[in-house]
Amino acid sequence: MTLLSRLRSAFSGSIFSGRLSPAQDRRRAEPSANPNAEAFLTFAGTGEVVQAESILQAEGLPARVMAPPATLRTGCDMVIVTSLMHAFRAVSILKAYQLTPLQMTPVGEDLLEPVSLFQHKDFGDWLMVRAANMKITVEKASGRIVNASGGGCPDVPYLAAQLIGKNIYETDSDRKDGQTLCGYALHLAAQELRRVQKSAGG
Amino acid sequence: MTTPAAPWLFVGTIPVADFPLTLAPFTMKETQLFSGAHSCPVNRGTPALLATAFLTCTYLGSGANTSELYMLAAGDTGKGEGSRQVYQRLVEVLRELRPRGITFHYLLPDVDWHNRVLLEIEKLPERPLLVADAGYMYAAKMSGYAASYDLFTPDIGELAFLADETAPHPFYTRHFFLADEEQAEDLIVKAYVGSNAASHMLVKGKVDRYVHDGKIVETVDAPDVPVLECIGGTGDTLTGIVSGLLALGTDMQIACSTAFHINRCMGLLARPTPASSVVDLLAVFPLAVQKEMLRTKV
Repeated sequence: MTLLSRLRSAFSGSIFSGRLSPAQDRRRAEPSANPNAEAFLTFAGTGEVVQAESILQAEGLPARVMAPPATLRTGCDMVIVTSLMHAFRAVSILKAYQLTPLQMTPVGEDLLEPVSLFQHKDFGDWLMVRAANMKITVEKASGRIVNASGGGCPDVPYLAAQLIGKNIYETDSDRKDGQTLCGYALHLAAQELRRVQKSAGG
Repeated sequence: MTTPAAPWLFVGTIPVADFPLTLAPFTMKETQLFSGAHSCPVNRGTPALLATAFLTCTYLGSGANTSELYMLAAGDTGKGEGSRQVYQRLVEVLRELRPRGITFHYLLPDVDWHNRVLLEIEKLPERPLLVADAGYMYAAKMSGYAASYDLFTPDIGELAFLADETAPHPFYTRHFFLADEEQAEDLIVKAYVGSNAASHMLVKGKVDRYVHDGKIVETVDAPDVPVLECIGGTGDTLTGIVSGLLALGTDMQIACSTAFHINRCMGLLARPTPASSVVDLLAVFPLAVQKEMLRTKV
């Protein structure tokens, strides 16, 4: 099969159109009796996912970011996973914040976990923290953000411009302006940096 | 649209919301990038890539070469509107533009748009050289068509992403933090076995590696400037240099090797701290070129 014909057939397939096969639709619709069962919420953009995670956690509901199932991936995606038992409450809460999920779906296959470890690098007067593919560096004595690097999504250079020169404790641009997975990873790195700086008395 | 025969096209985004969709040549002066009536700072992202490619063609080519460099970019702060404008325009103009090479850069990864663009490229009478970095490299890998590209420019973490056949984005890469220099060879093999690599790869790290069809052909480890890891945009400058050299017709291995050396030399000569920016590095670009010429005795 030539590359051209493979590409053509790809466009007629369900992966790229976002449609699910009838079998997948049936699987999604089956109710689960498992009390530990989970559901995932999808949103129009990754920026909304980040907001939803903060809101649900503040309301005391379980909420964590994961990758959507392979059949729903289009590029820079993430979903919120919560318990199936609390899913409808979660949707109601989010609606009250004008944040309506596109759909709520019981988890029917393994979802990919995001990277959850952090790496610290000490550069003397500066400290760099890395989360996944993103790195952020502060001047230890002042808490001033001096650099942000890594990543490949278009909000990364924008976020860097918003963050550099600001005090790590006085800006929340990493939380509110991130729109992509790279932006979210930068937010996680910034949170870790705040935690480390605080515990070091910085 | 009047364009030179077979220009080299840079496709990316500008990190400000109101930068209009632009398909035009560009220039660089001091710390600003200029295209028509528009300008932006070159301190990171696609503007840093464009500035470095411009400097490369200025100092290593003739003045006329820079007029063959075209940018296709729009403002995008991460919401994707600018990326979608760029994808759409690219599909529309490819047949007319017939670029001899394309460098894809910061674009919101979108497999659907990626495949539409690749379909148009495959229809061209002469296939351009394809370089993918940043978000577009993520989309190329996720699409399953990574092997259609001539050059990828991953760092070690992104190499782990290419080696993990299930990961749709570096954020979800398994064992991301186990990815270190010692594992590079293994990760390179995995990326090629899974057909998730371009035919040539420029793997950035403490040791830079030029890879062709799964084999490490050349490594560069000096000068070693660890603080460069903190500085946003040093990967963009590397991709800018290699793209500029390829636009000048340089052989792929020589282009990758030269780019590694010049980028590292900029780091050495600028004496950066973790608080420096690529503007500080680009200020010493001409000196780094001279040093590289002495090294190779050109």
